[in-house]
Amino acid sequence: MPHDHPDHAHDHDHGLSPSGHPYRADNDEPLTYWQRMEIAVRELLIEKARVSPAEITAQIEVMDARSPANGAAVVARAWSDPAFKTRLLADAGAASREMGFDIGPLNLIAVENTDSVHNLIVCTLCSCYPRNLLGLPPDWYKTREYRSRAVREPRAVLREFGVDLPESTRIRVHDSTADMRYIVLPARPAGTDKMTEAELADLVTRDAMIGTGLARTP
Amino acid sequence: MASTIHPMSDTDGRRWHDMGGQDAGPVPMEGHDFALWEKRVDALMVLCGSKGLFTVDGLRRALEDMGEDAFEKHSYYERWIAAVNQNLIEAGIYTLEELGTRMEEIAARGPTYGEAQNG
Repeated sequence: MPHDHPDHAHDHDHGLSPSGHPYRADNDEPLTYWQRMEIAVRELLIEKARVSPAEITAQIEVMDARSPANGAAVVARAWSDPAFKTRLLADAGAASREMGFDIGPLNLIAVENTDSVHNLIVCTLCSCYPRNLLGLPPDWYKTREYRSRAVREPRAVLREFGVDLPESTRIRVHDSTADMRYIVLPARPAGTDKMTEAELADLVTRDAMIGTGLARTP
Repeated sequence: MASTIHPMSDTDGRRWHDMGGQDAGPVPMEGHDFALWEKRVDALMVLCGSKGLFTVDGLRRALEDMGEDAFEKHSYYERWIAAVNQNLIEAGIYTLEELGTRMEEIAARGPTYGEAQNG
């Protein structure tokens, strides 16, 4: 792959590899056993015509294109359009597909934060996450600490994320599975009545849709 | 039964990955951007699933059978490629020998991930 690198003069701290080629970002650490396994699995799948290189590239592009901005657009639409919000809470997958997002076959459930209820999402068994809408999960979502404690002491976990909720707020924790993923519909911040849908979307963070954060105030 | 408890089970009857409700320390907040090889592992899992080579349940079964030691020692996508590989071998897509031979060839191509690509 370095052989087709078009820019031999680019500015890179690591200079040239032993074979005289510029390193690529992220590819310049010593080759690990697991990276060799990835290369081997990929090459064997291609040689046996199970997967094509173009399919792999396309799938990576699909995942790269998924980001919390997609979820934020859905949330902003729900804040702006009561009929859409009703549809979102009834079937979050179908409502997201209306906006052109590919949710796949998984069951997506939106849970609404209100003055009295705050929702938090976790996957205690593994790493299930609304990845088709928000992209890949943050590393902390997959840690033992978050998986273990979110269901037992969510208030303490939320304080670690800078969210300190009054005791009067009921916290509901939703444990995801491979077939059932959740997304939090954050409460719309005060003082946003005149904002456009696009402006509202800028207030919606990834963590607000996991429940470890709140929507920003303008 | 208690004296012949399955070695996969903890004393409370839960397997290691069923960690909801256990004690643990502060949530580590540091993250990282995914490297190309990690994105490729993710893509291979999704594509193998969509082509019916194995299921997400097969992936999880392999991940869970690796045990807690693997969870602590190896990164997320290291465990994922191991689980993808195990499922593909079980499905007869290629053999363990083909895998081993190829991994040796790859090691001879160069010292970095970028240089170990074929072509």
